[in-house]
Amino acid sequence: MNRVSRRWFLTTAAAATLTVTAAGCGSSGSSTSSSATGSVDFWTLQDPTNSVQKTAVDSFNSTGKGKVSMSVIASDGYKDKLRTGMGSSKMPGMFFNWGGGSLNDFVKAGKLVTLDTALESHFLPSALAAGKVDGKLVGIPCRGTQPVFLFYNKKVFADAGVEPPKTYADLQNLVKVFKGKGITPFALAGNASSAWTELMWVEYLVDRLAGPELFDKIQGGDWTQWKDPAVLKTAQMIKELVDSGAFGKNFGSVSYGAGGTSTLLNKGKAAMVLMGSWEYAVQQGEAPDFAKSGLGYVAFPGVEGGKGDAANVVGNPTNYISVTTTAPKDTAAEFLKTTYSDSYVQGLIEKGEVPVTTNAKQLLAKASDPAYATFQFDLVSKAPSFTQSWDQALGLTLGTPLLTEIQKLFNGQSTPEQFVSAVSAIKK
Amino acid sequence: MSRVRVRDRAAPPTLERPGVAWAVPGLLFFLVFAVAPMVGVLYLSLTHWDGLNPPEFTGLDNWSRFLGDSQVRQSTLATGVLLVGNIAVQAPISILLGVWAAGSQRNRAVLSAIFFLPLLLSTAATAIMWRQLLDPNFGLPSKFDWLFGSSNPLGTQQGAVACLVLVTSWQFIPFHSLLYQGAARSIPHTLYQAAEIDGAGRVRQFLHITLPQLRNTIITSTTFMVIGGLTAFDIVLLLTNGGPGTDTSILPFSMYQTAFRTYDYGYASAIASFLLLLATGASVLLTKLSGYDKMSSTLEGL
Repeated sequence: MNRVSRRWFLTTAAAATLTVTAAGCGSSGSSTSSSATGSVDFWTLQDPTNSVQKTAVDSFNSTGKGKVSMSVIASDGYKDKLRTGMGSSKMPGMFFNWGGGSLNDFVKAGKLVTLDTALESHFLPSALAAGKVDGKLVGIPCRGTQPVFLFYNKKVFADAGVEPPKTYADLQNLVKVFKGKGITPFALAGNASSAWTELMWVEYLVDRLAGPELFDKIQGGDWTQWKDPAVLKTAQMIKELVDSGAFGKNFGSVSYGAGGTSTLLNKGKAAMVLMGSWEYAVQQGEAPDFAKSGLGYVAFPGVEGGKGDAANVVGNPTNYISVTTTAPKDTAAEFLKTTYSDSYVQGLIEKGEVPVTTNAKQLLAKASDPAYATFQFDLVSKAPSFTQSWDQALGLTLGTPLLTEIQKLFNGQSTPEQFVSAVSAIKK
Repeated sequence: MSRVRVRDRAAPPTLERPGVAWAVPGLLFFLVFAVAPMVGVLYLSLTHWDGLNPPEFTGLDNWSRFLGDSQVRQSTLATGVLLVGNIAVQAPISILLGVWAAGSQRNRAVLSAIFFLPLLLSTAATAIMWRQLLDPNFGLPSKFDWLFGSSNPLGTQQGAVACLVLVTSWQFIPFHSLLYQGAARSIPHTLYQAAEIDGAGRVRQFLHITLPQLRNTIITSTTFMVIGGLTAFDIVLLLTNGGPGTDTSILPFSMYQTAFRTYDYGYASAIASFLLLLATGASVLLTKLSGYDKMSSTLEGL
């Protein structure tokens, strides 16, 4: 009896494993070939612009050039779902994404199609860079731009009788002024899930010290560039900022958003915050009066003696739509044209976004706060370069360990030298 | 100590134990949902897999990387510290609370119900609530300087570990108390009556009757704590997210990060296999050391 059951056990176990393994590999085979017209599954992120997208999809479907069915997916877990979907037979035909390194793996695995370069003329050049992988256009902008810059509390500045910083020396001086008044100079979200807010400081300092070329090379695969003196210098500057109390004492457990950095800023407990353009919307939700009259904004200052242009911007150029090999080519190509149509662009503007299409400028007057929208559009359109957030640009495989190392630097768990060697060791 | 054991061979043919066929449905479930994934994980730990392309067999690469990984050492240490901390805090309080709740004092039922409340909340709700409470700028630390000083509980290593132990204990002490309450109620009253006649005080009664009688429950409860501690994940994800830095990045959390944040499924499988070994080893060790596997009863000889 015993022997029989053991043999049976082993066979079944082996069979079960084979089934599981086979199922896991099933997707790796060739993908469905593209047909001329047909239905395209379009995965998009759940956010306030969904209604604009829905209108675009509906009007496209009524033209008879094919059919697009849009699935709205909650932002928590979107990337996981996309990753799993792309590795399976249920791959979407088009999908919303962040460009850069997040597309790298998909391009390498041969899942994406190269798009028509004729589309490029409709968008700002600085916003297109992150939609390209190895020079091939694989993503078309579909949302507003999200540059990172300094937000400040106008009242706190007026009370202290100071102006927002124009140079890095100004910034250092402001740290002293506000510290003397018992106000945290910069709100910073340093808890373990907000390390991306710390990354913004590193991105800007490296850009100002060495120019955008340094990170370009890193993103291009030359990981030895982390040994560049500008990276060490940045780490030292960060340590100085932390040690001088620029971020206060408690940032290690502060989170981003309402109840965290945004509240610190609108309550006047902190003078400034370095954040993406979405901060405005967060303040509007949490403290509408403050957003209207108390919230100031200014570009990140230049660093004296640095090689980088002070007009350079970092952040998320925009979001993108990419097309996979399962999508019927003609339907997808036709649909991509809706992303720069006047109605779509205007819809985005009404939602408070600043689109990166060339026709956006004249429509910005219709924004709820034209001054803020124009500030952003000018910042982006005049920027010699727009460096994509490093974690997005590198993809999660390299971005996640990088964020961990940045957090250790800010927390004082590693020295600037240890930071450089730890980051250099992420990719061997 | 002689115990009677029914031997298969001694039983008449008609009363033979049920055939193996009866176990097929259960075994099938176990194979499909437990054994097959385990074997799958072991296989994946020998590959490099990014979830997009087919797994690539790399032999023991992941395992040699695993042995030299300082993050794994830190995670194992953090897991151990949390485990010991949790048992040290939870076990004594649960025993005292459980034994107290087994009595017949006035208001006992009402107070027990209140103590039991934290267990009714989901870990997610618990973690989010405590994270707000412990916020240095808007939570308790900003209001109670005399208690917290200028410290930032979730922002330092010691603070974050202490918070995790505190919150986990707050949540699970009710569960363990419940186990002890049940066990304490089943201790025969005659033992205490005899002890009282012999002049033993309440402390001596507790130490010499209650605690020995609770032996099996202590083992059960501790095993729960060990297994729970080795697989704890949600509380870390939501309360500290492994931070500050990687200070509370315990093994399950580290595994999650590797698999779903860096898409390195092969290496994550190696961590998972290690965790499986650790948990099995710990529970076997616990039952062996405590003599639990002998299945002796505390009521023997009564």
